[in-house]
Amino acid sequence: MVIVFQTKPALLAGAAAVGPLEARSVFRSYFDIVADDERFQEKTNEQGQRRLITNTCQHVMDKAKIKNLDVDYFLSGDLINQMTPTNFAARELAVSFIGMFSACATSISSVIVAGLLTELGASKLAIAGASSQHNATERQFRYPVDYGAQKPATAQWTVTAAGYALVGQYQPDFPYMVAATVGKVIDYHETDPFHMGGAMAPAAYDTIKRHLQHRKQKISDYDMVMTGDLGKIGLKLVKAMLAEDGIKNDELQLIRDAGAEFYGDDQAFQAGASGAGCSAAVYYSYVLSQFMTGRFKRVLLVATGALLSPLSYQQGETIPCTAHAIEIAMN
Amino acid sequence: MYTFIFAFLVGGAICAIGQLLMDVGKLTPAHTLSTLVVAGAILDGFGLYEPLIDFAGAGATVPITSFGNSLTHGALAEAEKHGLVGVVTGMFEVTSSGISAAIIFGFIAALIFHSKGKVN
Repeated sequence: MVIVFQTKPALLAGAAAVGPLEARSVFRSYFDIVADDERFQEKTNEQGQRRLITNTCQHVMDKAKIKNLDVDYFLSGDLINQMTPTNFAARELAVSFIGMFSACATSISSVIVAGLLTELGASKLAIAGASSQHNATERQFRYPVDYGAQKPATAQWTVTAAGYALVGQYQPDFPYMVAATVGKVIDYHETDPFHMGGAMAPAAYDTIKRHLQHRKQKISDYDMVMTGDLGKIGLKLVKAMLAEDGIKNDELQLIRDAGAEFYGDDQAFQAGASGAGCSAAVYYSYVLSQFMTGRFKRVLLVATGALLSPLSYQQGETIPCTAHAIEIAMN
Repeated sequence: MYTFIFAFLVGGAICAIGQLLMDVGKLTPAHTLSTLVVAGAILDGFGLYEPLIDFAGAGATVPITSFGNSLTHGALAEAEKHGLVGVVTGMFEVTSSGISAAIIFGFIAALIFHSKGKVN
């Protein structure tokens, strides 16, 4: 059930681009592009998201000093119907493309597949990651921002952000993929789309637990376990579930959440950040940079996704969730 | 002076009910709006909304419940003159200014402004 990579595919470069509100993020200094226009000078939000994706991918290629012709695969997804921002961005990138949807867990599922393609020898260089744009996603899942609907305190703020990583064959001076756990779909019968953290926490718990069991590891074997966008409430729930299994406080402190930390303690963003771009931007900028500076030697990244559609919750369905994990290490 | 206090209390109470419908009742904003309009219409049907306006002034006329009140009011007034047809024509007679204003100002705002993901 756990994928153990034999050839240690490496994360050779990463980049993140964000919108203007994300300039208020605690991770701001790690982001490569901070735009002052959330539509990136395009006419619509969806076109802006496409530009967000292509800009970030271009930045990844610039960092690695390669061109799109050098890239074998583009693996990516977003939260919009039929994933048109990603599909249209792939049209510009012009490389072999697999669109992937695991909601906000796409930031990790795309990199897992990139790692497998690399291990198979099918890909020398692949770009993998995910993105989200606030206005487009709010309209897709909740209300158009023009509507000005109130949000409860458990709601999270969909970020305008994209994060992409360049995955290639093992090289000694770069972080590499050790193992990955693909999530099951778990449903604890949460029905409130304004309480995603609570819905997703059981999926994160299940994936973390299965990964540690199969790898015969403890949380303290890692420098950090970082979930994707559980937010402040979801993070507390995961810790509470792990504490019930007898995991002690000093180990629980190693668990962090990109969404909970993203906007710091700013109450305007309710329970924290969310969106496929939230975990992707933090993982492929902040986390990779901490490997390069030597602060991290081994981390577990666990991106969570809520697999609902607007129609499914209007029809009274509960919110099924998943979580994909990848173990990254560096010599 | 008392007019201001009663307007504040009654208007605030109506809005508090709306907030509770959303937070506790888990109604969507659209459902909350419709519920309050219907509540205003029913209250006027029993002749209870006009005394509330006399008591609280703008506290009762500004919230959306007064739109329901106007719908019933217009329908009943025209029904007296023209019978059943009056119910249909009268409903929008009193409320037409409000509806037209909403459309016109909404149109103007849409021309001038572009939506943004602004924080509270």
